[in-house]
Amino acid sequence: MAKKNTSSPALNFATDWTYAPAPESTGHVEIKKQYNLFINGEFVKPSSKKYFDTINPATGEVLSKIAEANDKDVDKAVKAARKAYETVWSKMPAKERGKYVYRIARLIQERAREFSVIESLDGGKPIRESRDIDIPLAAAHFFYYAGWADKLPYAFPNAQVKPLGVAGQVIPWNFPLLMAAWKIAPALATGNTIVIKPAETTSLTALKLAELIQDAGLPPGVVNIVTGAGATGAAIVNHPDVDKIAFTGSTGVGKIIQRAVAGTDKKVTLELGGKAANIILEDAPIDQAVEGIINGIYFNQGHVCCAGSRLFVQESVAEEVIHKLKTRMETLIVGDPLDKNTDIGAINSQNQLKTIKEYIKIGKGEGAEFFQPSCALPKNGGFWCKPTLFTNTAQSHRIVQEEIFGPVLAVQTIRTVEEALTKANNTPYGLSAGVWTDKGSKIFRLTSKLKAGIIWANTFNKFDPTSPFGGYKESGFGREGGVAGLAAYLNVKG
Amino acid sequence: MAKTYPSFSSPTIDQVGAEERAARFTKRSIKKAAKVQALKLALNMVDLTTLEGADTPGKVQQLCQKALHPHLGYPGLPTTAAVCVYPTMVRVAKNLVKGSGVKVAAVATAFPSGQAPQDVKIRDTKYAVSEGADEVDMVISRGKFLSGEYEYVYDEIAAIKEACGKARLKVILETGELGTLDNIRKASDIAILAGADFIKTSTGKISPAATMPVTLVMLEAIRDYYFKTGTMIGMKPAGGIRTAKQAVHYLVMVRETLGQDWLTNQWFRFGASSLANNLILQLIKQRDGVYGSMDYISKD
Repeated sequence: MAKKNTSSPALNFATDWTYAPAPESTGHVEIKKQYNLFINGEFVKPSSKKYFDTINPATGEVLSKIAEANDKDVDKAVKAARKAYETVWSKMPAKERGKYVYRIARLIQERAREFSVIESLDGGKPIRESRDIDIPLAAAHFFYYAGWADKLPYAFPNAQVKPLGVAGQVIPWNFPLLMAAWKIAPALATGNTIVIKPAETTSLTALKLAELIQDAGLPPGVVNIVTGAGATGAAIVNHPDVDKIAFTGSTGVGKIIQRAVAGTDKKVTLELGGKAANIILEDAPIDQAVEGIINGIYFNQGHVCCAGSRLFVQESVAEEVIHKLKTRMETLIVGDPLDKNTDIGAINSQNQLKTIKEYIKIGKGEGAEFFQPSCALPKNGGFWCKPTLFTNTAQSHRIVQEEIFGPVLAVQTIRTVEEALTKANNTPYGLSAGVWTDKGSKIFRLTSKLKAGIIWANTFNKFDPTSPFGGYKESGFGREGGVAGLAAYLNVKG
Repeated sequence: MAKTYPSFSSPTIDQVGAEERAARFTKRSIKKAAKVQALKLALNMVDLTTLEGADTPGKVQQLCQKALHPHLGYPGLPTTAAVCVYPTMVRVAKNLVKGSGVKVAAVATAFPSGQAPQDVKIRDTKYAVSEGADEVDMVISRGKFLSGEYEYVYDEIAAIKEACGKARLKVILETGELGTLDNIRKASDIAILAGADFIKTSTGKISPAATMPVTLVMLEAIRDYYFKTGTMIGMKPAGGIRTAKQAVHYLVMVRETLGQDWLTNQWFRFGASSLANNLILQLIKQRDGVYGSMDYISKD
């Protein structure tokens, strides 16, 4: 046996054997120089005549120019959606509607590779995630809801259900195609027509989806995709002929939307921010919990509304967990999103990077202990941030209270299960939470008392179309996914 | 030797989580120079094995030639780490590999079942060492382990370790018979605390043999012991690893669980009989750009 000459043994990850770059090829991907708005089944120029750049956040290079939709364009899209609803979509037998949704699902599968590469190019997420999670899950959502299209009476027994009409949907930049699928699939399956706006930094896969929807032969106007920034979103929200608003994004914008629709007959679902508690108890499977912490906060650069950004560790195992966590962080590979070995890609935008850096500064200023692994970051025009850990934090810290939406974890220790509950619930958010323990009774106790819409036990950040997703408190209301996700797009008369 | 069963508690293992983590290693894409380096490293970590009732000096002699000269058509290839044989074949092997750096490992302790009295196992071990074995691969008493007689298992390993003298001791847990990852972790901890130099998954006689989740749990036991004591323990998955691709996945797992220091045949081995030729095939493919015929690769 070799005795290492060191008082606190560390593992040596500065290895002789390094992985050669393994970039996914982009040769098969077609990105046009310019994209127009998708209204009434065709691509039309914006009446604003304005286009904005969409860039690759890993290099800063311009990928394409995207049309900016103004009030007039949105009005055109809503009119097209209304006409399609009245004349075709609401009259079509449910079975036929389902066929279209199935067709979209199959086409996404067929073009999965192209979608994955574009998602990573435009949004900065690692190709491993877009390839293994985002795109397959998007297809799965379409498959799942396609199946419901002609079975709605079974989902709502002894009730009559009717579609709402025209759904206005505004989605975020963290899971561009997946969020589009979460919104579009249930709305279509339940018989609504759609005007959807992707986020301005990540419009490309939604526009590719528009092409796919054309190829699927969907009747014109059933799905309209308008691009632009906040003003375009506001035009959808404020349009008088929209029956339903579905929004995923920040709590701040969610509140604006709720004010805007107050007094109207628009139905609303909001999926907003989060500051999830991930609770590690002393009898947890520690190594799997460490992996769950990593997956909870560093998945998709931490750009995840349900990210496990507040870690609570029982004091008796805190030292071990944090030591193992830091060791694990040393093995994370940060860099080119298109490299198959990348664990953490580029921050989605310059703005977001600025926000994250600001919070890191705040965390240091608040006296929390700061840690980043020794990994190298690419030196180019991209937006990069190392995975970051703050220990010795407290509920009174801003980095514990506020959603950072980046790869920044704040760790607190707890002494008892009761304390974990109190602190976990001590937040205006309530989207998700995680519990790690080997004891079933503790799992049931915690999951029944945590005020969060999604709670994982001995895992984190797991998604499935059959499972409803949505928040408590300021994390929003309404559910997406599962049977509950159908209700958000239906009038249910019991 | 008065080692007494220590007080320790093994962490619980969540099977789903362990399997997921193990699967993540297989997502690493190892190409070009990194691949060639890995293939050579893996070849150098192979314990080339023959453990048949039908083994003869002739068969062992051929195996040793293969260990020393894995493939003549690829100059500069490393030797394998060791040849692994039954105790009665140790002397034959030892004479053939002398001076080459290739070790001779002997399975002992009533391999593969371990169902023999302890004094027989100790004699078996001493015999293998006296014949010249550099390493002893022992099996734990799985029956005793499963009936909760952990102290017996511990004492037996400690006794065999003593009988090994200077030979390095690899402790085979036969993970395919232990049932749960929790048991595998516990058996790993017992073996390490009792004096194992290496812990090893399987005899190769039971299915399932080595799997990635099982090996991961054992690597984590090694890592935790290192964190506590600064002492390195070796790891040997055995059985079921037949392709170069699998071997590279294991190396990725070692690299990202234990780091660079374990990426040598002093601390990591593959127990395998057919892996070496698949590694050679892939090395030729990397060098020439095309697959060669297996007819050009010696089958010893």
